[in-house]
Amino acid sequence: MKPLRDAGLSALVALGLFGVMIGLKTDAGPHSLVLRARPWAVAAAVAAVFFGRLAMLYWRQWRPAGTPSPRHVAATLSRIGRYAAPLLLAFAITLPLYAGRYWLDLGVLVLTYVMLGWGLNIVVGLAGLLDLGYVAFYAVGAYSYALLAQTFDLGFWTCLPLAGLLAALWGVMLGFPVLRLRGDYLAIVTLAFGEIIRIVLLNWVSLTGGPNGLSGIPRPTLFGLKFNGGGGPGSFADFFGLEPSISQRVVYLYFVILGLALLTNWVSLRLRRLPLGRAWEALREDEVACRSLGINVTVTKLTAFAIGAAFGGFAGAFFATRQAFISPESFTFIESAVVLAIVVLGGLGSQLGTALAALVMIGGAEVFRDLQEYRMLIFGLALVVVMVVRPRGLVSGRTPSVALGGRRHIGADMMSEGHG
Amino acid sequence: MAPLLAVRDLTMRFGGLTAVDALSFEAREGEITAVIGPNGAGKTTVFNCITGFYRPTSGSLALARGGGFALERMPGHLIARRARVARTFQNIRLFAGMTVLENLMVAQHNMLMPNVARGLLAVFGLGGHAKLERAAIEKARLWLDAIGLTARADDPAGALPYGAQRRLEIARAMCTDPVLLCLDEPAAGLNPRESDELSNLLRQIRSGMAGLPGCSILLIEHDMGVVMRISDHIVVLDHGRKISDGTPDQVSHDPKVIAAYLGEGDEDEIPAEAQA
Repeated sequence: MKPLRDAGLSALVALGLFGVMIGLKTDAGPHSLVLRARPWAVAAAVAAVFFGRLAMLYWRQWRPAGTPSPRHVAATLSRIGRYAAPLLLAFAITLPLYAGRYWLDLGVLVLTYVMLGWGLNIVVGLAGLLDLGYVAFYAVGAYSYALLAQTFDLGFWTCLPLAGLLAALWGVMLGFPVLRLRGDYLAIVTLAFGEIIRIVLLNWVSLTGGPNGLSGIPRPTLFGLKFNGGGGPGSFADFFGLEPSISQRVVYLYFVILGLALLTNWVSLRLRRLPLGRAWEALREDEVACRSLGINVTVTKLTAFAIGAAFGGFAGAFFATRQAFISPESFTFIESAVVLAIVVLGGLGSQLGTALAALVMIGGAEVFRDLQEYRMLIFGLALVVVMVVRPRGLVSGRTPSVALGGRRHIGADMMSEGHG
Repeated sequence: MAPLLAVRDLTMRFGGLTAVDALSFEAREGEITAVIGPNGAGKTTVFNCITGFYRPTSGSLALARGGGFALERMPGHLIARRARVARTFQNIRLFAGMTVLENLMVAQHNMLMPNVARGLLAVFGLGGHAKLERAAIEKARLWLDAIGLTARADDPAGALPYGAQRRLEIARAMCTDPVLLCLDEPAAGLNPRESDELSNLLRQIRSGMAGLPGCSILLIEHDMGVVMRISDHIVVLDHGRKISDGTPDQVSHDPKVIAAYLGEGDEDEIPAEAQA
């Protein structure tokens, strides 16, 4: 009886919500707007909620007996992961061989988010600091590159480390005031920081062009060779005697972001096995214990913010060079939310999970573009389902950074999510 | 023996509450000093002052090592790093999601990574990190042998039984190479056999084990069996004040101690002559 009553209550809530939102529709009449009632649509939505809730409750009751324990699932997934990661990498490297322009553009987009996800994973997944303003560093990187390139006439590869460095500097500047904050409070301050950066970019018209943004940002070159559609002396096509084509630039951009993303991955995997990365994870597990062991919590948190921000800055510089145009509109809170969703959905601290989640979320959103506004609905639903089925993300748990015998997977149930 | 830690007129107030009131005592080098007293006597507050988690309202905490350290003025992480005072917690604070070995490696963080620049150089395999890491693993292995957890080195610390978690927390503190180890109720929740093992471990830590230097111990404990067996020196607190100070024998004969603490309900846990 309890599931029935529970489902009934859910249906009642749904009725309250959908009764107005779906049940009433305004249509343009001959003279003014006409209100049209849609009782059947409401009934369908309420019924869907009722049976959906019922199915979920029964499934929950059945699950403990029927499914293997989470730790077993985690171990299996990590075994699959060992093969999935090289396969994904091989797929990513060979994609330009058989994919057209559209798919490559999508690949660039997905890889940008993979890189952002891996960068944020350092802060959220390893150090356990909830950062809702990660887009700020993406913006700092993008504007740093655009302004440096336009003011001092520098190339992409010169500006890239500078953009990363500047973003890291801002990471430290954000880090200082929030050192004492934890959890929700930390999240709110980082969110505000993201908004501050965006609003400054929007209003400092003399420097950033305000809402008009910056255009004509130089494209990246390969050892001085340009990729332009027209060819001409000094271009890539001319040097190698190829037909000039815009798709050469797309392929080049694709490999640049693939390289940058892999660099992010390599650095974070490497750091995880070094004292700094271990200190981040220890910080996530227990900050008080870290202090009692002589670990400087301030410095450790700041390095996490700075290194995470630096990768956000690299990604931002790439974004600017790819688009050749940036404006504050590209750096809204929703970007932070998407990147955080990728990290959480993938499983905190998991590199493979983040890549998969970025593929699903960004790639999926793009593929289902035809569904228009229903896209976000399906999307939200998918997120809820994943979080119900696998509350710690697609690939949860961690592999020890050092071992006497064999490295055995540690289930997420043991781990702390961090408290900021 | 020379005093290693000299506590002078230590006072700690929280608003109107005086948790520790003008407390003075000494912990001597190479000894196990126990701090006992009823619940709420201010024992853990004293520990939190010594290890930098609280800043004392007044008084001094002098550690005689090297040029001497004024612990009351040092930030918490430097007390562990420079003054080399390590501690454990009343409610165990292990890194539950990390393996037993990783817990011991994190404790050697400052040895492995003297500064951030060295830590970042290690990403590119520079700075001689591999050698340091091997030495750290060796030290961790010594301690794993000492606490009998070598076989479980690669299991998450949170999966260990309670007694093993207590031992691991002590080993983790010892991996910071302390000169003074502060233990906050290490025998709480242990069965009699585990308490005996703990007593032996603490004696070994005091005198130094194979390849490991000795270390003085400051101990808060409610288990009188453990306290009387291993302590060289006992300080008794009640309501934030010291009511007695001396060898186990002296303390257990002190009428003030018996009245405040030992006398009631604990007859079976103290030597028979103390009840006279």
